[in-house]
Amino acid sequence: MSARGYSELPVGPVILDAGNSRLLKTGAWRTINRPVFKEENCSQCLLCWLFCPDMAVRVEDGKVVGFDYEYCKGCGVCAQECPGKKGQKAIAMEEEKK
Amino acid sequence: MAAELQLKELAQRKVLLAPGHRLCAGCGAPIVAKMVLLAASDYPVVAASPTGCLEVSTCISDYTAWEIPWIHSAFENAAATLAGVETMYRALKKKGKIDKEIKFIAIAGDGGTYDIGIQSLSGAMERGHDLLYVCYDNGAYMNTGIQRSGATPLGADTTTSPAGSVIPGKTQRRKDLTKIMAAHNITYTAQASPSHWSDLLKKVSKAVSMKGPKFINVITPCHRGWRARVEDTILLARLAVQTCYWPLYEVENGITRVTYKPREKKPIEEFLKLQGRFKHLFAPENEWIIKQFQEDIDREWERLLKEESLYA
Ligand code: SF4
Ligand code: SF4
Repeated sequence: MSARGYSELPVGPVILDAGNSRLLKTGAWRTINRPVFKEENCSQCLLCWLFCPDMAVRVEDGKVVGFDYEYCKGCGVCAQECPGKKGQKAIAMEEEKK
Repeated sequence: MAAELQLKELAQRKVLLAPGHRLCAGCGAPIVAKMVLLAASDYPVVAASPTGCLEVSTCISDYTAWEIPWIHSAFENAAATLAGVETMYRALKKKGKIDKEIKFIAIAGDGGTYDIGIQSLSGAMERGHDLLYVCYDNGAYMNTGIQRSGATPLGADTTTSPAGSVIPGKTQRRKDLTKIMAAHNITYTAQASPSHWSDLLKKVSKAVSMKGPKFINVITPCHRGWRARVEDTILLARLAVQTCYWPLYEVENGITRVTYKPREKKPIEEFLKLQGRFKHLFAPENEWIIKQFQEDIDREWERLLKEESLYA
């Protein structure tokens, strides 16, 4: 994020760069836990992708492949809601190592 | 009409709310906004939000999380602002200057809807503007520090209805805004929950495909204000539905349909006990509030089922 002078701002309270909040890496908010993906328990229900408040579940070709730690705030909603397979969750919240 | 939305298919689409927003970890609001945008993503969408958690946190300084045209209106007038945009769109369309089929969606919190924005909302709905208004109801002014709103339930501890020796939390009931909106006799009114995501997606996609004014009220847990565990956001929304505190239903062109009936209605304590804002209700002297709470739910649920049976 670089500081901009007033003369470089668009006229009026307008932001032209849609989705530029991406420049703000909220992953730094994680303090206690981070989600860890256990692929072998994943049924690919995609609920974690749907419920993540921070668009931090990575999906490739329609499949969950892990997490985007640049944005994941470590809330644990994904792990809480993950049905997994045979009673084994595919997401574990593990201690954040700084 | 609204086809069943499959997650496999939706996951191929771009989520039109970008990461990097500053809503709290585990906040329900971006989950609801994300689902609404996904369900409407067959069309180009123009949105508006009044002041509120979602607004302040998705648009800080010159950074925005919105990937669609989105307007921050004042606290009281998201509906009026969007109604104006929709009117301009119709005028431009008539003049042949625009030919796209654009949908208009307001996404607003309960403060900006039940209280401060109700006049502008009521007017826009009565005038028949072709827009969908979604309220993400977290039951207080969370953004400014958890002040009670017209949506705050009976007995809840907030900073302006503090539970203590003087009062046992909020002493008034919440108003039933969904009923108020249905009483506007608009095209479509519904209540939804992110826990019952398929129902929510269906309601939004149906609403955007219909012409005229539409309103959907979505329960949106806030762990800060509800004093709950961060990871319980979806669980709390689910319990709100399973206890019938937040019934899932729709009123389509005047016809009421309950879209989810729990096999067994859970006692309200199951919903209350996970939330610190209701902790004091479990003290013996406040038991009457829980009883009142349960009686209100039972009566409203019966009323809703009876209303539905009129059209069966
Ligand atoms: S911990 Fe929270 S922010 Fe991180 S991926 Fe899971 S749901 Fe998303
Ligand atoms: S919620 Fe769990 S089982 Fe479902 S896709 Fe995500 S990790 Fe896999």
